[in-house]
Amino acid sequence: MRYAMAIDTRKCVGCSDCVVACQTENNVPHGYCRDWIVENVSGAYPIVEVELRSERCNHCENSPCVRCCPTGASHIVEGGIVMVTHDECIGCGACIQSCPYDARYSHPDGYVDKCTFCQHRLQKGQNTACVEVCPTKCLHFGDIEDPYSDVSLALKNRTWKVLAPEAGTKPQLYFLT
Amino acid sequence: MGAGATAIGLSTLNIAGLNLAKAASSDIPVSDEEMTSFPTYCEVCFWKCAGWAYVDKNKNIRKIIGNTEDPHCNGRLCPRGTGGVGMYTDEDRLKTPLIRETVNGEQVFRKASWEEALDLVASKMKDVAYKYGPASFALFNHGAPGSHFKHLLHAYGSENEGEPAWAQCRGPREVGFSATFGSWIGSPEPTDIRDTNCLVLIGSHIGENMHNGQVQEVADIIGRNATIITVDPRLSTVAAKSKYWLPIKPATDLALLLTWIHVLIYDNLYNKDYVEQYTMGFDLLKEHVKDMTPEWAYGITTIDPATIRKTAREMANAAPSVIVHPGRHVVWYGDDSQRERAIAILNALLGSWGKRGGFYFKESVAIPKYPHPAYPHPEWSWKDNLDGKYPLSSMAITTEMLAASIPEMGYKHQIKAWIVAGTNLPLTIPNKDLFKNAAEAVEFIAVVDTMPMEITGYADVVLPECTYLERYDTLRAAPHREPNVALRMPAVEPKYETKPSWWIAKQLGERLGLADYYNYDDYADVLDWQLKKMGTSLEEMRRIGIKKFDRQSGPLYLADGEEYHFNTNSGKIELYSTEFADLGFDPMPVFTKHPEPEDGFYRLIYGRAPMHTFSRTSNNHNLFDLMNENAVWVNPKVAELWDLKNGQMVHLKNQDGITSTFPVKVRVTERIRWDSVYMVHGFGHDNKKLTRSFGRGASDTQLITNVMVDPMMGGTGMRGNFVTFITDKPGKEAEA
Repeated sequence: MRYAMAIDTRKCVGCSDCVVACQTENNVPHGYCRDWIVENVSGAYPIVEVELRSERCNHCENSPCVRCCPTGASHIVEGGIVMVTHDECIGCGACIQSCPYDARYSHPDGYVDKCTFCQHRLQKGQNTACVEVCPTKCLHFGDIEDPYSDVSLALKNRTWKVLAPEAGTKPQLYFLT
Repeated sequence: MGAGATAIGLSTLNIAGLNLAKAASSDIPVSDEEMTSFPTYCEVCFWKCAGWAYVDKNKNIRKIIGNTEDPHCNGRLCPRGTGGVGMYTDEDRLKTPLIRETVNGEQVFRKASWEEALDLVASKMKDVAYKYGPASFALFNHGAPGSHFKHLLHAYGSENEGEPAWAQCRGPREVGFSATFGSWIGSPEPTDIRDTNCLVLIGSHIGENMHNGQVQEVADIIGRNATIITVDPRLSTVAAKSKYWLPIKPATDLALLLTWIHVLIYDNLYNKDYVEQYTMGFDLLKEHVKDMTPEWAYGITTIDPATIRKTAREMANAAPSVIVHPGRHVVWYGDDSQRERAIAILNALLGSWGKRGGFYFKESVAIPKYPHPAYPHPEWSWKDNLDGKYPLSSMAITTEMLAASIPEMGYKHQIKAWIVAGTNLPLTIPNKDLFKNAAEAVEFIAVVDTMPMEITGYADVVLPECTYLERYDTLRAAPHREPNVALRMPAVEPKYETKPSWWIAKQLGERLGLADYYNYDDYADVLDWQLKKMGTSLEEMRRIGIKKFDRQSGPLYLADGEEYHFNTNSGKIELYSTEFADLGFDPMPVFTKHPEPEDGFYRLIYGRAPMHTFSRTSNNHNLFDLMNENAVWVNPKVAELWDLKNGQMVHLKNQDGITSTFPVKVRVTERIRWDSVYMVHGFGHDNKKLTRSFGRGASDTQLITNVMVDPMMGGTGMRGNFVTFITDKPGKEAEA
């Protein structure tokens, strides 16, 4: 089993609902976030394209943050979710530097924090808070090894890309184009 | 961008963030089972999505989640609804009643008890009624608190109640569609986007306006590759997702609509059976648009004739499953009712009204009226003051009510005092001088709000309302495909000394000798009485939040060839409006040219961001985190001309010499035309009590001083304002 997320950039309107839903679900302190919106504009008026995408930790199969963690606080759990054990984190920030996606931040309580794919919800059979709230249903989540999971079905018959493939991290966020 | 990237302005907020995080003492999510959920419907915008407020064991509201049964949101709240919890936690909230007094020649607010504040408001109401008659006491309102104060004023003897929803927002579309189909659009719009094959948007920026159910349906049709045609001088979010984006020259939309009508008729693309059966005036319309060819429109709109013909054909191919969307905030150029008429006529030619994928027949459930004595007949109402002007205004015109508050304006009947509930007039009403002069002229102003919005600065008495998460309110019974009712109940006790509007109004009513109109102890009693009459109960609604009812009015759509009587003079869809003709207005829309910017000035276009509503959410910490200021969008060519850099702070000055109080950040982007600039509405707060949003961004409303009034319904056209850049010493005015 490997959890993954597909983000449909054609549907995403960049409303940031995923950001605030994550904030209230996971008690992320004000001024910080575990997911965020990126807007890319290309072309010149009036031939212009806009890509909007909701980003977060890529839960990489080959995760540099886990490799560089000196205490083992960053680790991988079932389904490939990259987690941080707050009590074991010394806040050194090596993982923040190693992440090609800038997906981690220093929590004001002194540890490093990031997206958990709402593991506490998955354990109860619920979906992640961001997927559940998205008004455009542009987020698809599930076990990418299951051909009938929502994420696998979303990837079928669509073109997609991953971010920073050159980093070789085998990221698990797929952006439908 | 990356994690923590919303932490804009972190340098100043680090400390606050740290304290808050510590106070919360844990970042471990609380499981849903450990919380209690209470039904509510959202009050952050007018879409009123139903949801559940989750409260933990310490009586903290942790999150708000959409109600899956609710057709407004389908279980998915928008960012503002999800962030609605920030309205409850905002430490800048109004906390106690306040009374204005003069200390050493300086006007200050002092804290007061409810008893004292209510006594004062009631005594002023008695005083005004005695001196000028109760009709001279007016109400300005928005949203749920309005209904409670309307009841109070009706019982007291005034029907002078106005909301910006009419003359500053959607009035023209109700006039244009009513003249054509005999029916308002209303809210939520009965646009059957879910099933449409072609959606046409005239400046409507769905996705940036977060009208939830509508955004959801647009996302669905994007998913199945339906045609979207977006007309906008700015590449809006939805324009970027459309099959056709028509980057029109601003202020020329009506010419495009008329030429589309021309093409549908003269290229024989209109829905002949539908037009023959349901409409009147086709031959007159045909003659009217004879010369309005795409070549004619090209010179006006800058949209090339081939694109005009191709998009008209797209609509016709999809018909009747096509929607030319009426939009919502449509007070642009003063001929807005006529532009909306053209939109309605297009829909009629395509046969989309009453058809699947077009406009469905909406239905709402009737809420039983809780018994009370008959209201007294008011001595006069806002309509008597119009003297024949704006004959199609079926709701009060706020700007006319403001003008009637200024004795020098010479209105027959004068307004002498106001209650303002839930609307921040200074950041809503264009031409700030009108508002200011009116506020200074009236004898008394009471303001009911949850936040120290700018309007509270004009109040004699401020009455702090609790948020929607802390109160019972009227039932929501908005029209939809399925009639439904939704309950709002308190999830927690009101914070500070705040009170629900129903309580405030009742207290005032009792002080005014109107106790007969308040024959209940708690508003919950009223709700239970109403719900039981509807076949449910407060007890059941507390468990389910929303209940749906069977339709009584028939199917959602017209069957092929079905006979149907439209509520117009002729009983038909009026392509030629007899109503307009009778009143001396153009029975069919006529294009007129609107003023252009002078050299060095750019048309000010404004709109919405998905994470904010009006000016009311910019201080909400959750939503502030998502967007904490607006920016002025500038085309790169213009930026080069002015040597503007991305992120640079500038002041804006309009055609009347009004300069923005605060500087605003420049966003250099290819998404905007070279003859226009764009700003998100609702920023540039100048009340320091809004500690987060004070001084952030610029207020578009402040720069809107040229108002083009719609002679039919009094709408305040606001898109005829032009701004230029002041690049030297940005911040000077802000410090003053």
